[in-house]
Amino acid sequence: MSKGVDVNLENVWIKFGDFVAVRDANVDIKGGEFFSFLGPSGCGKTTILRAVSGFLEPSDGTVRIGGKDMAGIGPNKRPTALIFQNLALFPLMKVWENITFSLEVKGVSKADRRKRADELLDMIALPDQGDKLPSELSGGQKQRVAIARALCAEPDVLLLDEPLSALDLKLRQHMRTELREIQQRVGITFIYITHDQGEALTMSDNVAVMRAGVVDQIANGHSIYNDPATPFVASFVGENNVFRGKIKSIEGEMALINTNRSGELLARIATAARGKLKVGDPAMMFIRPEACNIAADTAPAPNRLTAMVKHEEFEGQIYNVFLEGAEGKEIKMSLVNIGQHRQSAEGDNLTLEYVPDQAVVLPVGELASE
Amino acid sequence: MTVTRIMSNYFNRNGFGLGIFLLVAVVFWVVILIVLPQISMLDFSFRHHLPPPEMGGPKDTYTLEHYKYLVLGAPGADTSYNVVDLTVFARTLLAAFFVTILDLILCYPLAYYLGQSRGGGMTRILVLLLIIPYWINEILRAFAFRIIFGDSGVINEVMLAMGLISDPIDFIRANVALYAGLGYAYILLMIFPIYNVIESLDRNQIEAARDMGAPWWRIHWRVVIPYAKPGISSGCTMVFMLSAGALAAPQILGGPSSLWFTQIIYQWFNTGGNWPRGAAFAIVLLVTCIVIVLSLMRLFKVRIGDIGK
Ligand SMILES: Nc1ncnc2c1ncn2[C@@H]1O[C@H](COP(=O)(O)OP(=O)(O)OP(=O)(O)O)[C@@H](O)[C@H]1O
Ligand SMILES: [Mg+2]
Repeated sequence: MSKGVDVNLENVWIKFGDFVAVRDANVDIKGGEFFSFLGPSGCGKTTILRAVSGFLEPSDGTVRIGGKDMAGIGPNKRPTALIFQNLALFPLMKVWENITFSLEVKGVSKADRRKRADELLDMIALPDQGDKLPSELSGGQKQRVAIARALCAEPDVLLLDEPLSALDLKLRQHMRTELREIQQRVGITFIYITHDQGEALTMSDNVAVMRAGVVDQIANGHSIYNDPATPFVASFVGENNVFRGKIKSIEGEMALINTNRSGELLARIATAARGKLKVGDPAMMFIRPEACNIAADTAPAPNRLTAMVKHEEFEGQIYNVFLEGAEGKEIKMSLVNIGQHRQSAEGDNLTLEYVPDQAVVLPVGELASE
Repeated sequence: MTVTRIMSNYFNRNGFGLGIFLLVAVVFWVVILIVLPQISMLDFSFRHHLPPPEMGGPKDTYTLEHYKYLVLGAPGADTSYNVVDLTVFARTLLAAFFVTILDLILCYPLAYYLGQSRGGGMTRILVLLLIIPYWINEILRAFAFRIIFGDSGVINEVMLAMGLISDPIDFIRANVALYAGLGYAYILLMIFPIYNVIESLDRNQIEAARDMGAPWWRIHWRVVIPYAKPGISSGCTMVFMLSAGALAAPQILGGPSSLWFTQIIYQWFNTGGNWPRGAAFAIVLLVTCIVIVLSLMRLFKVRIGDIGK
């Protein structure tokens, strides 16, 4: 198979009438990379993908595939293959005909097509299922057929539009691993769309987080999670406790925030915000539930706060503890289940503690709605 | 599963009042409007042509006389087959077939456009425009066509004025007017079934095919047409049956040399006054049409059950 090629979006705008679906997107995707677009429903993910596959011309800006400007090149002429949100298998063609449709278009003989279909069916672990109709397959099997059909065209770039969203949790987790393996085997560029952060973080080399048509951050999963660029990313990816306040002092990478309700707290200034925050600026501070712990030492400190336990949820590997801080401030803490019965009880007054390096400060911005 | 069980289930589901109404309506429809008339026609077609006083008398026996007449002609005629009637019969079927194909070619692109274009308002207006001409009486429409296609009709006038032709073309004699009129009369019956299926075709399938490099004709050949097949075949069935059985359009628009088989049937019933012969001819037409439709459906692998979809 051909090696993956670069995909670049340069100042891409996509408008539907007056409505701006994508606003000035600049995204560089390296060849052979597993790249994800992550964002809530309606933020323009599918729209971007359609611009890459050629079903949509950007209103402004350039889409490059393999360095080549794609303006005016139709979807049937681009080196991309798209896996649709609803798969769009051809219901009246047998599985093997579905898989090799792209070869049929090229005029490959039936015998050769059948042979190729059998190879691909082996690859997706569905041998001897070629003569079935798509309606006779299970959800996960259809999924795999759609992947095989796209790969059969030997694209340089595979585009996947939330292909796992219709599957149940177990199968979804299994298919994640499988997709990642397939990508590493064929070595082509995968562009993957999802609103599920778990999928984006586990599979991708790099993730672009989108908010209402704007790309907020492009980075690897680790940075997205630990070093968000905007309050939206911080609150959309994973869970976060948000504290609003003003910057009291800055020392190197660290800032002391005078929060509205929880006293003075210490946190690290996010990389994207370095140099943009001054003392006295309003700011938002984020502490992950799993970054919190019950402090043994209850003496006041800029990385400690007190709160009362409201209730607790047991999720198996973790306990979620919901607390109420000063002035009714809600705080969530996740504790790893280490086999003890419970680590807190309703009504307990606790002192929480966190590693200041794991809390981040950002300029005030829009949060992801729940 | 006994009959009483089925009946009690049925009444439980629909309630007694509605249940009785549905039952009576369906039985009335099927028996009085469909089965009885056809049976009495069938019965008629096997009887002698007798003056009314002798009907039901000793001479009123079953006979194949009228069917024989259609194939062999009058006893003692010059030819050994009824060449005139058989030719008309064959030509009628062929012409109906031609009209069907014409309508299919015209309607498929239109139905595809209507079914796949997402614009709500625009589509609805287009469909409405298609329906409006059908508010006009069939005979009026036929005469309108006759006027348009006449020697001094709009078409000839325009072509003469543009210098494309030097003498008016006789569209009526060449049967152009007839085909146009018939084709036009049944266009909706072709469009709607196809439109209905195509509307339910997932757009993504068309895009997927395009994404895999298929040119437009292959997308239609491999994706859209197979999917629309039930609609296409029900449209074709209706247009074929109705064209073959049309009477007004051939009467008004047909050229002098082209008799439609229904006109012969009409003559036997009406001016000829020979109802049994007319009935026999009608039965032959009906059965032949059904056989043709069923064998075409078999050829194109459409099941009857699919058509209702
Ligand atoms: N053809 C169109 N005409 C007008 N607006 C459109 C069109 N396609 C998409 N939009 C709008 O653009 C926005 C982005 O749509 P898009 O399909 O890209 O969302 P998405 O991120 O893929 O969402 P989801 O996760 O629900 O699939 C939406 O607000 C949608 O209403
Ligand atoms: Mg989408």
